[in-house]
Amino acid sequence: MVHEWALAEAIADYLQGLLRREAREGFRRAVIRLGTLQSIDREVLRFSLTEVLKYRGVAVEELVFRDEEAVFRCRRCGATWTLKDLDISDDVREAMHFIPEVIHSYFKCPRCGSRDFEVVRGRGVYVEEVVFK
Amino acid sequence: MERAYGDPRLAVIDRRLAGVKKVLAIMSSKGGVGKTVIASSLAISLSSRGVKVGLLDLDVTNPTAHVVLGIDLNSVRPVEEKGVIPPKVYGVRFMSVAFFSGDNPLPLRGYEVDSVIREVLAVSLWGDVDVLLIDTPPGMSDESLDTLTYLRRPRVVVVTTPSPLSLRSVERLLTLLNEGGEDVAGVIENMSRTTSRNVEEVLRRFGVKFLGSVPYDPDLDRCLGSVDLLKGTEFYRYVERISRKLL
Repeated sequence: MVHEWALAEAIADYLQGLLRREAREGFRRAVIRLGTLQSIDREVLRFSLTEVLKYRGVAVEELVFRDEEAVFRCRRCGATWTLKDLDISDDVREAMHFIPEVIHSYFKCPRCGSRDFEVVRGRGVYVEEVVFK
Repeated sequence: MERAYGDPRLAVIDRRLAGVKKVLAIMSSKGGVGKTVIASSLAISLSSRGVKVGLLDLDVTNPTAHVVLGIDLNSVRPVEEKGVIPPKVYGVRFMSVAFFSGDNPLPLRGYEVDSVIREVLAVSLWGDVDVLLIDTPPGMSDESLDTLTYLRRPRVVVVTTPSPLSLRSVERLLTLLNEGGEDVAGVIENMSRTTSRNVEEVLRRFGVKFLGSVPYDPDLDRCLGSVDLLKGTEFYRYVERISRKLL
């Protein structure tokens, strides 16, 4: 089991914290946003999260995963591009899987060559929405 | 319905550090004072005495602790097992962004530095560690502030040189740490030539412990990249003495 397990534990801890804070007993729904830059394996994450939630006794009736395409914008020249525009080797994809920000080590703006660009969206894992029971 | 837009990584950091008995953050707001070599040498020294040590290089945009320790980024890698297990190097569990960025440039804006630190802290599995040393970059920016915020109550080891510029920076850092009620383990004076009265005066004023001086060692640069050579330096012998005061 890989990196996704660690992220599943983080999500579970976050959801548990919400339940404590709001004094609730469970969720009807939790929506997890997956930025494509981090190349999270959705099924591995679903399996891991389901297992961790079960172990922790956190009830979530419906787990929804939503992909968010990674989009970049150059701070120097304003060019925008997406992850699909990049030719990514397996090694680099794996490095970005662990730390998405290292994209700055491997890619530059396709128009002006600057590494000073921002990840506008689609970076990694966020809890987007929850519905309490 | 609640829109949470929550970053789950912060929620798991305490769990990741549950097996860490003590966090020592090596800080200085001035660059070039030798934080990384001191942090790396402290890690090796403590480990040599049987202490379970972790070393986290949090100089996110310019990591160099692996250079001090002579780690080949291609052959030494973290292990992936329900997270990321820092590899053991000379008995020290070591983690650095360099494992992922290589020796390429990694220019990041402040919010990205913060994000990298959250990620590293959220996925690194330190296990049982007596002392986790954090090597921070110069300044009082994201890396230092995140260290104080995300790593509950670290003991801060401040490094200075006798230079008036370094001392002025240390005064600012000690002011910040005092205001925040942080736990300051003490100050190390690096590259000293004689005992600096200026350092003593600053420490007295802030009520901070003097951990020791480390003389300037002209042979040190030649030994960086080899732990065996490093351990033979005068620099290392002095750091070793200081490490006893940090347990």
